[in-house]
Amino acid sequence: MADGNSIGYGETALVSTPRPRVGSMRRFARRRSLFAILLCSPLIALVVGLQFYPAGYAFYLSMLNRKMTGFVLFDNFTFLMGQDSFQLVVFQSCLFAVSAVVFKALLGFILAHLMHNIRGQNQRIWRGLLLIPWVIPLALSTLTWWWLFDPAYSALNWTLKWFGLPSIPFLGTVWNARISVIVVNVWFGAPFFMIMYLAALKSVPEQLYEAAAIDGAGAVQRLFFITLPMMRNIILITVLYSLIVTFADFDIVRILTNGGPQDGTHLFATYAFQVGIQSGNIPRGAAVSLFMFPILAALAFFVLRDVIKRNKEITA
Amino acid sequence: MSATIARPGSLHRQRQWTLWGSYTALSFFVVVFLVPPFYMLMTSLKSSAEISAEAGNPWYPHSPTLANYMTLLGSDSFMRYFFNSVWVTAVVVVVSMVISILSAFALSRMGFKGAQVLSTGVFLTYLIPPSLLFIPLFQIVGWLGLINSTWVLVLLFPTLAVPFATWIMIGYFSSIPKELDEAALIDGASYMQILVQIFIPVALPGIIAATIFAFTISWGAFLYPLAYLYSADQVTLTVGIVRDLIRGDVFAWGMIMAACVIGAAPPIIIYTFLMDYYVAGLTAGSTKG
Repeated sequence: MADGNSIGYGETALVSTPRPRVGSMRRFARRRSLFAILLCSPLIALVVGLQFYPAGYAFYLSMLNRKMTGFVLFDNFTFLMGQDSFQLVVFQSCLFAVSAVVFKALLGFILAHLMHNIRGQNQRIWRGLLLIPWVIPLALSTLTWWWLFDPAYSALNWTLKWFGLPSIPFLGTVWNARISVIVVNVWFGAPFFMIMYLAALKSVPEQLYEAAAIDGAGAVQRLFFITLPMMRNIILITVLYSLIVTFADFDIVRILTNGGPQDGTHLFATYAFQVGIQSGNIPRGAAVSLFMFPILAALAFFVLRDVIKRNKEITA
Repeated sequence: MSATIARPGSLHRQRQWTLWGSYTALSFFVVVFLVPPFYMLMTSLKSSAEISAEAGNPWYPHSPTLANYMTLLGSDSFMRYFFNSVWVTAVVVVVSMVISILSAFALSRMGFKGAQVLSTGVFLTYLIPPSLLFIPLFQIVGWLGLINSTWVLVLLFPTLAVPFATWIMIGYFSSIPKELDEAALIDGASYMQILVQIFIPVALPGIIAATIFAFTISWGAFLYPLAYLYSADQVTLTVGIVRDLIRGDVFAWGMIMAACVIGAAPPIIIYTFLMDYYVAGLTAGSTKG
């Protein structure tokens, strides 16, 4: 992407066009800056008005009482922390995000390797087939999963029975439901990991493997000493990004279990929706959402560290 | 795949084995991954009577029928959901692309004070999930009088689409050689001319990728329409289908799955033709280094 020759445009332009008058140069630069900011103004308005401002406003909201008439400071937070159902939310959100991302990454890694063995037009077709789960709107595919898990007429249970196995209440018990929502998330997200890892695999120079083969390195050694180090960056970025998105997931749990059974599958997002929008306790709902903030901020920090490097190269 | 040192014959044989092994494993994964879409399609072809009979193999329709699709296409409320999704998505895609192309051009080529901060800020907003902000936004769209109006989506979806679209476009724009626009600038072209006549045509693959991204976000979004829209004439497809189901006493699964097929078709069709652009846009930037 960012090629080697990304030196700041402004500077080079000024230096390489020989012009005698300094004053007009400066005026040109200032006019250009103004124009650039004008071009960016819709973006700035969007980001500040509909992202940063609401984020700040969330902190203010979370410190109000239910009727939003007075300050209660951190009462909403302390109340939530003392509540059993909220502790479950924290536990389930972490369990959901971490296990789903681990499985997505592993599965994506395996799929990418398999895909990498196939070349040319065939690879396009197989990749396309595996991408389908990721292309269907999540809300709609989750509905299908619900129908697959349906207790009365579950196609999955019918198949288990056909093989002579006992049927499973997929969404009936807390742990079954927890595993089910993770399965759906892995199903949806693994193709994304596959694409990213496949692109990373393609960027590893073939000569490295050839050299390793000549030196007598086995498959395991090639994996640990060439593939993984070369893919390190993309693995990190993808995992961090996916942790953020998975942690804040809403659609799957909302549709599949709506937090049940016994509030065992609520995530921060679905719990915030229930408290804030459905029960109308806006400040407490905002507080639930904000519990995500420190974790998301920490993850974002690590992603951004990498990204800032790239920005320096481009905009310098 | 590379192979270990050996005589030429065994090398070839080993490659052959790797290939067939990969095909076998991939076939297994494809079958597993395609179970839900397959079941979605199969159920949509069953009549309500067949589904409620709960008899026989559920994996295929015993007497396939298009009745569910016919009912949906004749249903005012479903067509309303679909139409809402279409116009919202169309507006959001156009608005998002205009915003991101203009700002990506300025950010990648017009080096001004704060450009770095701004591009980092743009990426930061890409990392803010909608579930973090939907409650304060509920208040804000309330002040704007947009609760239960489809326009709220036109206002909010760009916040999800623009950051990443801008990000993709910055990447594509900065891969265009500087000499190209330097030369144009010396010849007296204005920045807008450079953008329209050089950058947009050259970065077309990136524009396609960003457009598909904006489309996907807008078409499939669930949280915002669920939180801010409640009457049937305002909601979009995803929420319309899910709500109808949750509210209805009878679980008309055949109909619901047919609705899901109709909702899933546009993205699948688009990705069938333009997948390569999208994959390139998605993986660009992150693969280097």
